[in-house]
Amino acid sequence: MTIASSDDAGSPALRTESPNPGMTKTAGYWLHLTRAIEEAGRRLYLQGRIPGSFYDGRGQEATAVGAALAMAPDDVATPLIRDMGVHLVRGVTPSAVMRHYLGKSGGPMEGRDGNIHLGSLEHGTVAMVSHLPEMLPVGLGVALARTWRGQPSAALCFCGDGAAAGGVWHETLNLAALWNAPLVVLVERNGWSYMTPERKYLPVERISDRAAGYGAQGRTVDGNDVFAVYDVIQTALDHARDGGGVTVVEAFTYRMHGHGAHDSQRYVPEEDLERWRERDPLKVWRHRAEVDLAWSEHDQSELEAEISLQVTAALADAHAAAYPAADTLAESVFAP
Amino acid sequence: MTYLEAIRRTLDSALEDDDRVLLIGEDVGSGGGAFRATEGLQEKYGIDRVRDTPISESAFTGVAIGLALAGWRPIVEYQFADFLTCGFTQIVNVAAKMHFRTRQHVPMVIRAPAGGGFSGGPFHSQNPEAWFLRTPGLKVVCPATVEDVGLLLAAAVRDPNPVVFLEQKNLYTRIKGSYAASSDDSVEGARLARAGTDLTVVTYGAALPTVLEAAKAVRAEVDVEVIDLRVLCPLDWDTVAASVTRTSRCVVVTEDYAEYGVGAEVSARVAEQLFEELDAPVRRLGSGFWPIPFSPPLEAATLPGVDQIASLLLSTARF
Repeated sequence: MTIASSDDAGSPALRTESPNPGMTKTAGYWLHLTRAIEEAGRRLYLQGRIPGSFYDGRGQEATAVGAALAMAPDDVATPLIRDMGVHLVRGVTPSAVMRHYLGKSGGPMEGRDGNIHLGSLEHGTVAMVSHLPEMLPVGLGVALARTWRGQPSAALCFCGDGAAAGGVWHETLNLAALWNAPLVVLVERNGWSYMTPERKYLPVERISDRAAGYGAQGRTVDGNDVFAVYDVIQTALDHARDGGGVTVVEAFTYRMHGHGAHDSQRYVPEEDLERWRERDPLKVWRHRAEVDLAWSEHDQSELEAEISLQVTAALADAHAAAYPAADTLAESVFAP
Repeated sequence: MTYLEAIRRTLDSALEDDDRVLLIGEDVGSGGGAFRATEGLQEKYGIDRVRDTPISESAFTGVAIGLALAGWRPIVEYQFADFLTCGFTQIVNVAAKMHFRTRQHVPMVIRAPAGGGFSGGPFHSQNPEAWFLRTPGLKVVCPATVEDVGLLLAAAVRDPNPVVFLEQKNLYTRIKGSYAASSDDSVEGARLARAGTDLTVVTYGAALPTVLEAAKAVRAEVDVEVIDLRVLCPLDWDTVAASVTRTSRCVVVTEDYAEYGVGAEVSARVAEQLFEELDAPVRRLGSGFWPIPFSPPLEAATLPGVDQIASLLLSTARF
């Protein structure tokens, strides 16, 4: 079913019809930065230098980056564990991410939370909890708060195909459709619910078909094509902001690094990984860049070198940073 | 004015005084709420500010958290406190931990009618305070008087934190008092409900009138002091400690189970910190440790009654 579903989404490089060369370079930068930061974090974790656990979104970067680029300034996102690209696009610096990974002071959560748990309204995001579908109504609430004040805003709420089985996922779609609220639910169909393959938890071909049951629109998109994601999410967010109601966008993609860095993913068929490696979001992007920008090996090396410098500087900054002081923990519990 | 009328009047004032205040919940608009606490408010403030929802506690509590984060002051109504379980993740994992994790404020009130005494059975009678008291980041309020329900609800609406506001539905129409307006924003502080010299009873919520009745019943032999906690978190320990130090005897009476909850917490603190002041062991009394039964004699045998409390007061005084 995984392979059939990916075929449904079409051939990534050929799918998007209206190329947007102005965005090509921008998207490439964020895709490569996301990949590089998460790779650096993963290496540190495997060396035992990042505490706790480590999650990355390898293979799914195009969904996060394409969707985040489509957001208007007053929109709000609730990115989850495969969506580091959203934080970067929305202005969280590589240094802040590295300090956050290491539990250092000066990170977005000041060591109170770690790994992929970060966010603030200042960046147009809400920090996730581990109960993933529970972020849907919270994002919706922020968008409604702004809309009801006369400030058009839409919520871009991420989830996986696993989270689409949670009760609150359904509650929120029902409530949002009822209120004709500005909600876009972006389901990253990556084929796995931790160790369980989708055939064991999904009774339907397409999660987006469920939208009709709530009076919402359903769309599918190739999640590994940053431009396709950008287009469909921009349309859905505009529609939501214009009072058109709720859209469920199902982005077909694949989880390449297991649930977390601790997960050997022995249970994932190698042929699936091989097939999806060929559709890697960075490869798909590069194909487009070659067409749009006559992107050369030299351009690619320059981009990678620039990002490598940024990541190295961020790491140095984070290693040098102090740990947060423990004597402020008790006073953090309540707002004064 | 009844306890219920004081709630309605406070909600009305909050909506009137602050454009950011919204009411959200099942039946709050068209029906005026299961207990009529919001009756007439949708007619007065419109369907946008008094907003009916489907039976989707996680979703509407989550939406309220988002609204609070982005500058509104939502007041969420749960139809019965028993249904707080349906929104538990939003309350204890999203709302409660938000300030600690991100320093962002979640100024919201979660109103829920709690407690038994009218054959509500196992799912319409529970006292859920202990579920929330072990979660840092939530204020938990349990008013026992008409004056307090108004004062504390008004203060809860102005508080920058999530407040679980446990209305005592057994008191809704049973007790009368006067409406008290105050600009005091603090959701904290216990209250001396009855001055006495021989023994301190620490209580709160719907147990208070029962305790006061028991205190009256034993007054020929024991002069009982009664502390009404009002706010369970943050706990006003200083007021409790000062009273127990004066009387040298302490009994904790709650409608909630004595086990693992406020009764356990207060008696542990008394034992830890006031051991040398005590002339008798600290005692606890709460509901029997089983689900609240439906049948009237079974429920009466479950909740702490006047006679049971009176006999505990006497035995502690005579110790």
